[in-house]
Amino acid sequence: MAVKSAYIAKKSQKNQRGEGKSDETGDIFDREEEFQAYHDMLLIRRFEEKAGQLYGMGFIGGFCHLYIGQEAVVVGMQMALKPGDQVITSYRDHGHMLATGMDPKGVMAELTGRRGGYSKGKGGSMHMFSREKQFFGGHGIVGAQVPLGAGLAFANKYRGNDHVALTYFGEGASNQGQVYETFNMAALWKLPVIFIIENNRYAMGTAVTRSAAKSEELFNRGSVYGIPGEQVDGMDVRAVRAAGEKAVAHCRAGDGPYILEMMTYRYRGHSMSDPAKYRAKEEVQKMREESDPIEQVKKRLIETGAANEDELKKIDAEIRAIVMEAAEFAQSDPEPDPSELWTDIYVNA
Amino acid sequence: MPNILMPALSPTMEEGKLAKWLKQVGDNVKSGDVIAEIETDKATMEVEAVDEGKLTEILVPEGTENVKVNTPIAIILADGEAAPAAAPKPAAAKAEEKPAAAPQAEAKTEAPAAPAIATSTLKDTEVPEGTEMVHMTVREALRLAMSEEMRRDKSVFLMGEEVGQYQGAYKISQGMLDEFGPERVIDTPITEHGFTGIAVGAGFAGLKPIVEFMTFNFAMQAMDQIINSAAKTLYMAGGQMGCSIVFRGPNGAAARVGAQHSQDYAAWYSSVPGLKVVMPYSAADALGLMKAAIRDPNPVIFLENEILYGKSFDVPKVDDWIVPIGKAKVARPGKHVTIVSFGIGMTYALSAADKLAAEGIEAEVIDLRTIRPMDIATVVESVKKTNRCVTVEEAWPQCSVGTEIAAQLMTHAFDYLDAPVARVNGKDVPMPYAANLEKLALPSVDDVVQAVKSVLYV
Repeated sequence: MAVKSAYIAKKSQKNQRGEGKSDETGDIFDREEEFQAYHDMLLIRRFEEKAGQLYGMGFIGGFCHLYIGQEAVVVGMQMALKPGDQVITSYRDHGHMLATGMDPKGVMAELTGRRGGYSKGKGGSMHMFSREKQFFGGHGIVGAQVPLGAGLAFANKYRGNDHVALTYFGEGASNQGQVYETFNMAALWKLPVIFIIENNRYAMGTAVTRSAAKSEELFNRGSVYGIPGEQVDGMDVRAVRAAGEKAVAHCRAGDGPYILEMMTYRYRGHSMSDPAKYRAKEEVQKMREESDPIEQVKKRLIETGAANEDELKKIDAEIRAIVMEAAEFAQSDPEPDPSELWTDIYVNA
Repeated sequence: MPNILMPALSPTMEEGKLAKWLKQVGDNVKSGDVIAEIETDKATMEVEAVDEGKLTEILVPEGTENVKVNTPIAIILADGEAAPAAAPKPAAAKAEEKPAAAPQAEAKTEAPAAPAIATSTLKDTEVPEGTEMVHMTVREALRLAMSEEMRRDKSVFLMGEEVGQYQGAYKISQGMLDEFGPERVIDTPITEHGFTGIAVGAGFAGLKPIVEFMTFNFAMQAMDQIINSAAKTLYMAGGQMGCSIVFRGPNGAAARVGAQHSQDYAAWYSSVPGLKVVMPYSAADALGLMKAAIRDPNPVIFLENEILYGKSFDVPKVDDWIVPIGKAKVARPGKHVTIVSFGIGMTYALSAADKLAAEGIEAEVIDLRTIRPMDIATVVESVKKTNRCVTVEEAWPQCSVGTEIAAQLMTHAFDYLDAPVARVNGKDVPMPYAANLEKLALPSVDDVVQAVKSVLYV
């Protein structure tokens, strides 16, 4: 039985074109899938906690936006993809990178600005990429990745393959003008792009109800372009995968874009320097206690007898070791050679 | 890691006040629990535990001010973990080496010198003696360049407003829809920000888009995608991912279209590392540079001019005519003064040279052709001979291309200059509509003649 997200009081919604039933969490995970989801979400959680700690110690500088609380969104969506599908997102991107299979060492070393980082230390937390994993960043300007993601989808269509581009953005970005320009063209040209609105309820310090008209229906924002949309319990990894599979099938069939509004929550501040005074501590605590995506899986595994505490502790220990290794690498790896200042500005023609 | 350290809670925090302990010695702590409150210069922040275990010792009592970042403030031990030996504890010692986290090389290493921007390895197409010349407009040259490259490479496509069915707002793409079809000649809605982002994304995925802006004035709507996405990504990705893309369209003043449709953006784009900026004058250069731009693996800003579209030039009749990006051309040799211009500015420069010749002044006219990477060597070489320089462009004077040339000449040819570099620019005003005012706002041939005479002190 699924633990329902506490704040999604009413059933998940869909617009007239959405045909799914993402509210029912009817998509059952087998034991292996539950373990995978648990593992992948926990890796993100522990990685982000460690990143927060390294930030506190001064090893990570600048801006650092943690994904803690939102893990089910990327992990569930990734489970709906096949190799070659593309992913692009905003600056809250560490979870997406780990979910696509990027090496935690390379990600952490980029956070600390070291030469072994994915961008050789020149991109930082907000700007990392992996061609191999089809991860296209990591973009620091709110909303800018939305047309870029549609461009990835454009390339799929141009080449005549059936790959899908996942384009993530926050509910704050969903008010950006370029998002609607993109909705229009994506629908007009039937681009295979899934727009995933990660609605964590706060755009920095502004609650969604203070920034968005009809904020309870962001999934409906593409309806005038004929883009189907659904609201999904983004704290339940099974609901996410179920919705993701449907959207992916829609895109692969050549039926154009799809919008998924993931109802999620970030436990930490917008960035590391956010004291988060715009919301009540009780609200955060309630989400953690009643809707935590990782605890949901853990509870299912224990209650159904699919796993015992020892098995889960073993996974925990493995993940702690991976994260510790990443953190140690990220602290000991040298900074980029000064000559790197002048490289990668142009590709030699 | 049993030690809890005073955390940095903002990019600038160096110390803070430990305002309050929310957990006490003996309490069990789970990761995510708030254990203390800290006042920074900006706000009161909560400190969350990362590790799980029992809080065994508080090292800094609440109310303590000016606690330096990375000072151990408490000890949390996991189940079965032994208390660390007496201070200094290993973890703390590591943390105290915080400067290791900061750039070690910072103070000691000077930034290495900037290498020259890699220019194209493409070679000038050889023109054998007696090669036939074809008379061609700039418009035809641009169309020929795009068509040849689209025939050559299936990943090249053209997108923009009215490029297809309307046959191009300025008829540059006339006939291309018929040849290449709507999959490769793509009409967009009037949404520059969005379609530029889509084109850049397609570029990241390995396609080679040509984006036509109906005029570069409208590209301001897309500036974020051009600069932040197209120009900077290769660097931010450590070389893993960039985009090969051409942004092209008419730039600068046409005639009587007012302030919002008349701006020259050469200087703006040329200040951005990661972009190449091309601004041809002749049809031969438009053809050869456009082909080079499409083949270039970097984002190229290709600045055309509406008034030049219909102007005809001789173009050598050779296969695959290429003009490498980054090379200026001596358009007219002379020995008394160097006039540097590009794009439509060349019309003033060349007419002025004719007039000056009638007075016995032999001007050497250099067509820059590429604004970035700028071929300053060719300009310096000329100035070493003439000892005087005048720059000509339609753009506003402050931080113009002429300004850059003047600065470069001070650095590289100071001892050769017999007069200050003179700039001929458009006037420092938004472009007026009235015919007489517009004429006054733009440079004139007489302005150039005047400037040359001023640097010659005649």
